[in-house]
Amino acid sequence: MKAAVLVFPGSNCDRDCKVAVETTTGAQVEMVWHEETSLPSNLDLIVVPGGFSYGDYLRCGAMASLSPVMAEVVKAANAGVSVLGICNGFQILCESGLLPGALLRNSGLKYVCKPIELTIENRKTRFTSAYGEQQTVWMTQGNGDGNFFAEPDVLKTIEDNGQVVFRYVENPNGSANNIAGIVNSAGNVLGMMPHPDRAFEPALGSADGAPLFHSLMKVLQAA
Amino acid sequence: MKATVHIFLKAGVLDVQGKAVEGALNGLGPVQGWGGVSNVRVGKVLEFDLTSTDKSAAEAEVKAMCDKLLANTVIESYRIEVA
Repeated sequence: MKAAVLVFPGSNCDRDCKVAVETTTGAQVEMVWHEETSLPSNLDLIVVPGGFSYGDYLRCGAMASLSPVMAEVVKAANAGVSVLGICNGFQILCESGLLPGALLRNSGLKYVCKPIELTIENRKTRFTSAYGEQQTVWMTQGNGDGNFFAEPDVLKTIEDNGQVVFRYVENPNGSANNIAGIVNSAGNVLGMMPHPDRAFEPALGSADGAPLFHSLMKVLQAA
Repeated sequence: MKATVHIFLKAGVLDVQGKAVEGALNGLGPVQGWGGVSNVRVGKVLEFDLTSTDKSAAEAEVKAMCDKLLANTVIESYRIEVA
């Protein structure tokens, strides 16, 4: 597997993502600066990491979504490359238009930073096929703007299409329908607020993020 | 020309900052001597100078800036003033 992790000014989970992907899949991972106008060739996965790109100024993810490298990510996503956006990465993917909806300020106004339990709503995606029968998983959450919002008709479409991949067991932030992570309609772009990159081996408190990366390997091995 | 852009969350989108400020104003009311408030919305105002000298061209430019970057029209609405 060949993967790239994007790096924006203010990204702070970029190295976590690199280590998580390398450790779980043995993939070759390249770091790609946001000013790049091309991506490494033959990528299987692009990770848009968490952090505070551009200081969260204007809106979380707004300016990052318009950086040069994102134009290439949109092209790659449209060509079917897997794209995983975590936390700020999810916000960036929504701002870029690759995913529907938007992330609002947490309804409780507080930055929510804690381990969080999720149900896996769709096990048939390329990101979740390795989860087997496991009903709930633990990852960690760390954000101030994780409150997923979409207009009612958009929300209905997402639900009807099975695009909701992860749901909170206990809603920490007011997210519509307890949504923690969604895929695009093609199923190759996943955005999620919880961090699989902070939960990929037992020493981190949970290894429940690892099957997400294993799922991507399964897809490649089957191809 | 000078542009002023007002951006607010759309009606129907929860404005938690507005709710918090509203709670604070209503909590302070009895002490400070002001009446109750409702429907508080917190938005943002951006001001900037434009190189364009034609008003309608400038308005079109600022609208494009709002749609591309300054506002997220999934959750926000905006109002433009150009003078």
